[in-house]
Amino acid sequence: MIDRRIIDGSKIDPELADEMEKAGLDRIRSCIQCGTCTGSCPSGRRTALRTRQLIRKALLGFREEVLSDPNLWLCTTCGTCTERCPRKIDVTEAILFLRNLSCEAGYMRPQHKGVSYKLIETGHAVPIDDDKWKKMREDLGLPPLPPTVHSYPKAVKEVQHIIKKTGFDKLVNYKEGKEDGKT
Amino acid sequence: MVKHRYSFFLGCVIPNRLPQIEAATRLVVPKLDIELVEMKGASCCPAPGVIKSFDIDTWLALTARNIALSEENGLDILVLCNGCYGTLIAGVAGLKDPDTRKRVNKILKGTGHQVKGTITAKHLVEVLYMDVGKEAIEETVVNPIDARFAIHVGCHLLKPADIRPWGFVEDFMLVDELVELVGGTTVDYKLKDMCCGAGGGLRSAELEVSNDMVREKIEAMQRAKVDALVNVCNFCHLQFDVGQMQLNNQYGTDYQVPVLYYTQLLGLAQGFTPKQMGLDKHYISTKPFLEKIGMSV
Repeated sequence: MIDRRIIDGSKIDPELADEMEKAGLDRIRSCIQCGTCTGSCPSGRRTALRTRQLIRKALLGFREEVLSDPNLWLCTTCGTCTERCPRKIDVTEAILFLRNLSCEAGYMRPQHKGVSYKLIETGHAVPIDDDKWKKMREDLGLPPLPPTVHSYPKAVKEVQHIIKKTGFDKLVNYKEGKEDGKT
Repeated sequence: MVKHRYSFFLGCVIPNRLPQIEAATRLVVPKLDIELVEMKGASCCPAPGVIKSFDIDTWLALTARNIALSEENGLDILVLCNGCYGTLIAGVAGLKDPDTRKRVNKILKGTGHQVKGTITAKHLVEVLYMDVGKEAIEETVVNPIDARFAIHVGCHLLKPADIRPWGFVEDFMLVDELVELVGGTTVDYKLKDMCCGAGGGLRSAELEVSNDMVREKIEAMQRAKVDALVNVCNFCHLQFDVGQMQLNNQYGTDYQVPVLYYTQLLGLAQGFTPKQMGLDKHYISTKPFLEKIGMSV
């Protein structure tokens, strides 16, 4: 017996493809499902990430299924699929756009929230958060802090100003002094 | 008069985790008639794999601020990290569009910076190969390094190709040529073009998948009997150096391929000591490689 897959029409959101087009992915509907993306993918080679399938589902409008799919987060953004796509679709940008929607829908990994909190608090996604790194710099004849946001408190404020304006703090549920996604 | 001047973009991983690459680069480039001007108060680029995955608008606005800092210096940016390069060059390309620039400058209002679209970002490989040139580099070599190297170029140096200066993405040999300049032999190995596995938020949230790519590439390099790996991206560097150690701890393997950033190798060839190049600060010991070339840390 072969199971019949019945698609529940109420779950289909035809606007997803329109949103992708509007975001600059103007060739997305020209996908011919050839699978060059999946065949080129170094992550899909060892995981269940199937790029072709993600694109197909997005074009069909399976919004919830795509945005909640953990495989969406297995792409390293290497860009090989984009270079090889015979329809010149920017596949990697499509994945990044779907990830943006996935975050907006609340599917953000705690580790990724942790990275975001570091960016919000220090201006570095990977900051000096332990004196051993300062010591290592000094051992090498460098000043303990680099001439980045780490040396200029005003610069950190500028970064935070931008983040408040774009609403990034709200997107990642950042509350000052309270981290809910520590790495 | 210095021939080449750039704003020096450090990013996060180099100054805060791998300062040996910063120290090596600061020592090596003056010999090539390059002056590095600091980008005071620069932030995370921000990372194209993580922050861009979360919110493209925030990513673009923050990179616009970094680009504006370099515009205030009146210089193009020199960048050592493929990820930072990917972000900055995409920012430069995206901000050429007046409407995008207007939208982003609205967000930047209140920071004291506005982006004009007057500069570009250059990766170290572009600066070395195209601005400085092979002959000028070769002239600084006093101590040729005779060893077998696996080159790992990394993804964002090359892709997306339409906003890169190279014109091709596969069989990229420019880094091989730069290594051969210092006396090294570069060795072909399986999956040479493949990603290191660090990007896209995998190193932070999907470590096993991420390190499995390290395993596959390192095993191929070992089969090719290389003395060391040479990279041109600090995030790939961290991935291979820390990744091998993590695999060894987790699975009892014995991966021992020393990992060198290109400026560290060039520094050795220019007569700097392994200690000055920070080769004692690696997770995978560089000792076997240094012994092979008659040096020690």
